[in-house]
Amino acid sequence: MAGADSDDSLYPIAVLIDELRNEDVQLRLNSIKKLSTIALALGVERTRTELLPFLTDTIYDEDEVLLALAEQLGNFTMLVGGPEYVHCLLPPLESLATVEETVVRDKAVESLRKISHEHSPVDLEVHFEPLVKRLASGDWFTSRTSACGLFSVCYPRVSSTVKAEIRQHFRTLCSDDTPMVRRAAASKLGEFAKVLELEYVKSDIISLFTALASDEQDSVRLLAVEAGVSIATLLPQEDLEALVMPTLRQAAEDKSWRVRYMVADKFSDLQKAVGPEITKNDLVPAFQNLLKDCEAEVRAAAANKVKEFCENLPEDSRETIIMTHILPCVKELVSDTNQHVKSALASVIMGLSTILGKDNTIEHLLPLFLAQLKDECPEVRLNIISNLDCVNEVIGIRQLSQSLLPAIVELAEDAKWRVRLAIIEYMPLLAGQLGVEFFDEKLNSLCMAWLVDHVYAIREAATCNLMKLVEKFGAEWAQNTIVPKVLGMANDPNYLHRMTTLFCINALSEVCGQEITTKHMLPVVFKMSNDQVANVRFNVAKSLQKIGPVLDSNCLQTEVKPVLEKLASDQDMDVKYFAQEAISGEFCNCCSRVLCNFAKTKVSNPKRYSLSKLRLCHAPLKRLVLTRPHISTSLCGNISIMPPKCSRKERRRGFSNRSNVEAAMSDRRCVFQCESKSTLFGLPEVDARARERARERERARESESFPTSKGRYISIKACQHILLHQIHKIMIFKKASYDPFKLKN
Amino acid sequence: MSSAATTPPSVDKVDGFSRKSVRKAKQKRSQSSSQFRSQGKPIELTPLPLLKDVSAQEQPELFLKKLQQCCAVFDFMDTLSDLKMKEYKRSTLNELVDYVTVSRGYLTEQAYPEVVKMVSYNIFRTLPPSESNEFDPEEDEPTLEASWPHLQLVYEFFIRFLESQEFQPSIAKKYIDQKFVLQLLELFDSEDPRERDYLKTVLHRIYGKFLGLRAFIRKQINNIFLRFVYETEHFNGVAELLEILGSIINGFALPLKAEHKQFLVKVLIPLHTVRSLSLFHAQLAYCIVQFLEKDPALTEPVIRGLLKFWPKTCSQKEVMFLGELEEILDVIEPTQFVKIQEPLFKQISRCVSSPHFQVAERALYYWNNEYIMSLIEENSNVILPIMFTSLYRISKEHWNPAIVALVYNVLKAFMEMNSTLFDELTSTYKSDRQREKKKEKEREELWKRLEDLELKRSLQSDGIIPT
Repeated sequence: MAGADSDDSLYPIAVLIDELRNEDVQLRLNSIKKLSTIALALGVERTRTELLPFLTDTIYDEDEVLLALAEQLGNFTMLVGGPEYVHCLLPPLESLATVEETVVRDKAVESLRKISHEHSPVDLEVHFEPLVKRLASGDWFTSRTSACGLFSVCYPRVSSTVKAEIRQHFRTLCSDDTPMVRRAAASKLGEFAKVLELEYVKSDIISLFTALASDEQDSVRLLAVEAGVSIATLLPQEDLEALVMPTLRQAAEDKSWRVRYMVADKFSDLQKAVGPEITKNDLVPAFQNLLKDCEAEVRAAAANKVKEFCENLPEDSRETIIMTHILPCVKELVSDTNQHVKSALASVIMGLSTILGKDNTIEHLLPLFLAQLKDECPEVRLNIISNLDCVNEVIGIRQLSQSLLPAIVELAEDAKWRVRLAIIEYMPLLAGQLGVEFFDEKLNSLCMAWLVDHVYAIREAATCNLMKLVEKFGAEWAQNTIVPKVLGMANDPNYLHRMTTLFCINALSEVCGQEITTKHMLPVVFKMSNDQVANVRFNVAKSLQKIGPVLDSNCLQTEVKPVLEKLASDQDMDVKYFAQEAISGEFCNCCSRVLCNFAKTKVSNPKRYSLSKLRLCHAPLKRLVLTRPHISTSLCGNISIMPPKCSRKERRRGFSNRSNVEAAMSDRRCVFQCESKSTLFGLPEVDARARERARERERARESESFPTSKGRYISIKACQHILLHQIHKIMIFKKASYDPFKLKN
Repeated sequence: MSSAATTPPSVDKVDGFSRKSVRKAKQKRSQSSSQFRSQGKPIELTPLPLLKDVSAQEQPELFLKKLQQCCAVFDFMDTLSDLKMKEYKRSTLNELVDYVTVSRGYLTEQAYPEVVKMVSYNIFRTLPPSESNEFDPEEDEPTLEASWPHLQLVYEFFIRFLESQEFQPSIAKKYIDQKFVLQLLELFDSEDPRERDYLKTVLHRIYGKFLGLRAFIRKQINNIFLRFVYETEHFNGVAELLEILGSIINGFALPLKAEHKQFLVKVLIPLHTVRSLSLFHAQLAYCIVQFLEKDPALTEPVIRGLLKFWPKTCSQKEVMFLGELEEILDVIEPTQFVKIQEPLFKQISRCVSSPHFQVAERALYYWNNEYIMSLIEENSNVILPIMFTSLYRISKEHWNPAIVALVYNVLKAFMEMNSTLFDELTSTYKSDRQREKKKEKEREELWKRLEDLELKRSLQSDGIIPT
């Protein structure tokens, strides 16, 4: 490259624009995502004069591309020459804010809000505010909905005449004749009220709030509830009764359950906003009504708030209110007909004991706990058990243990494996609270029974549970109670049980310490290296590798190494592989390793990986061939093989099982083929738009449970209770344009 | 040790997968109803004489009384309460249905508000929340309305009333107004297919008889669809509303108003993006084709719209799109076809090379359609170059033999159509591929240089490299 000076002339805009116009959507999308690079290459002036006009004109494109564009433009301030030129970004964003697709529009509004802060007050009035006005008076509803989100960002920084205009526009939108716009206005009402002067809140906002809260469509009314809560926080106490409460009272008794649900859902916020006096006089009866609502959804939402509501009651009258008003309703809910209501209640009811103190708990709450422990719905029982620690602090768990035991035993043997799994997870907690004697006497046999459960996930959780118990009760306890039973399973006729022994050893060796491991466990492992089943043998290799660090080096050299060497010359290729891995010491979980390689493989360089090495436990996974997955690093997510669920159509056609491959990020389509039939199932095929929307919602909830797009790994987690051998091939690839069978390149 | 591999797998016969929990027999159909807030008090109705037992002069009076009685609604979730009164109301409703069908001169002006009131009291209600949290209309059984024994009769009565010869829209329009229609439209979200079916008839009659409400009804349906597409993706009555629209579109006068065209482009086309398309696709495609038959000039925006919303990951929807496209092509005018053939066949060529054989198969079936074949033949000089690459490639590489066979047929047809062009394309196939590869390389290089530049700039601005 000649140097920085000639850079600009190096890249004629035509070439770059060609990239933005590429026929392939994916390439176009990639180019848009790197728009900042292009802008950088062009320099600030040509970005302003050439790139932005082009972008403004080519607004007709795939929504996915537009979304990326809207996002990019929010960060473009520096690339157009800093805050004094930021208004250049308004034209493209304005047209994006009128697009039909909600996700694109919302993103454009978000970007507009972002750059609005970079405008000087003058620019705001000259450029930004006219844009808001244009949007607010647009023909099609989309621009008007977008406008709703922009008022609050420019209002505080403009002159009072413009302020008056903005208020007028907002008023108009609140009575728009399309419900979509009214919904948008209602959802922004609270936000707008916050930036308004108090006098206007009283004069303008209240009337708008009242109107929206009595809208003919319940979808508008329910949004007004949330606004009402924000408005209530803004007003002085003395005005609340007259201005907000009549409307809120009416909302709590709305004929639509959706509105009542919203009130129940926002009840704690509402309670904080209106203060103790109104709470006592108004909210308590309203809350009682919600707890007795005819619709289960509403009752469940209210039941969820019971604890929070009681906690936030004014201290002087808290106990009386709870005892005379709330508790009777709670008692009724315990025997509700709907299980969601009961389980919502069960998840918070234990929290009441700390508020009411020991005597009241024993007299009033304990019978309720006991009743819920005997509930027919397992979720209710689980919720009670999972919150035992609250009660333990107040009255001690002994009060409950008589009823607790049958409840636990029943859950432990529940027909649904997820229920069993959940109760296992509480075992260490229960064991800690009930003490070692009680545990040995009543619960130990349960923990052992789980080890031979017919669902792998349960067996796995059971091994993990044992480890936690040993951490609690100590190695000596382990040696006397657990280890003999675990080692006994090594002679079980079922190879799955024999493997469970190995998994237990993996988990227990470290907590039990060197002595027990060498003396008791190691001989069993050695013996199993001669097992007839290859899966057991290669798990021996894995186990030896796992427990290696616990053993001393002498033992490793003289005893472990010969066994591994013998396994390394096994006939079965998998046993060989794992033994060699163990010997070379760089063994890591094979599964994730193979897949890491996938992730690193470039799309242009496809390789075929046989997943025969992926023989995870027992299923004849040799037939699972992962064929050339196209996974670029940026698109990795978790893939898990889910339990089968057949659609009705498939059941009619005689499929009794279906295996699902679900890409958690749904970034690519998975197709898989059953060996018996040549049917291809397209899989959870979420449309690009729906997916984007779902992802937006996910972000909004801020409950990020997957590694983000930057995640560098991908793991296949196999739940072994499904018939993996039915799957013939899993092919993972991006986008539909890819042909998975083109293997020779 | 070595014996392990030779031992047949039967040594380990114990089946780890024995299923303990066998699925229970299917539960009975779920029912739900939302109109009742716990009233507590039992409802008492005083039995009235039958209409046929009183004199003709007394009948209108008694008719009104009966209508008023039928305003009382009962709780059907509680199967044991008010049994007698429920039965009484049922028989009264039955009597009213018969009465409006056969009698003459019963419809006094006073009767209109009472009829509308009775209907409103019974049918208008907030629909109950769906039983299953994420109701999937394709998978789950719908929740049925519990109060159907009464509701059905009320609907039946209302339809007979609207269809009655004595019915006068000029009087009724005072009571059947915009608010009434709005509430009626909201009921289309009912999960109960029986109710939606009645609603369809009711709305259709209202649309037919009340000219003043037509524009309003269309606009509200617009709003429902837009909300469905862009906000909730949930509305049970889309198929029914589209059926009504199908007959409305059929009656549009020519030339089409701008409002109707906007409806097609901004509402009907985006409806294709919805996940549950399969539930109403047939009705939607019917509406679209109706539009095109009215005004062929709309073909281009419609096809471009479909191409814009073409499913990226859902093969099932892709097959539906291909089906709809064929319906459109069946009625397309050759002049319109020329306008969109390029983008259209680029998409078809992508479909033909889809790894999902159903998609590929559906696209290849186009060549069995004589009209489409004739269009292709006329424009083979444009279409053949677009299609050739993917056809040639999959003829060698597709995994499904049936697809390969179909592709051979298509290639043969092309060869017969335009053999000189075909030979030319075959001979340049390789060099074209190479040119594409070269172009791809250039692209990569361009981006590499751009990225270098960015890196350098950022280093400069960080002051690492002096300028």
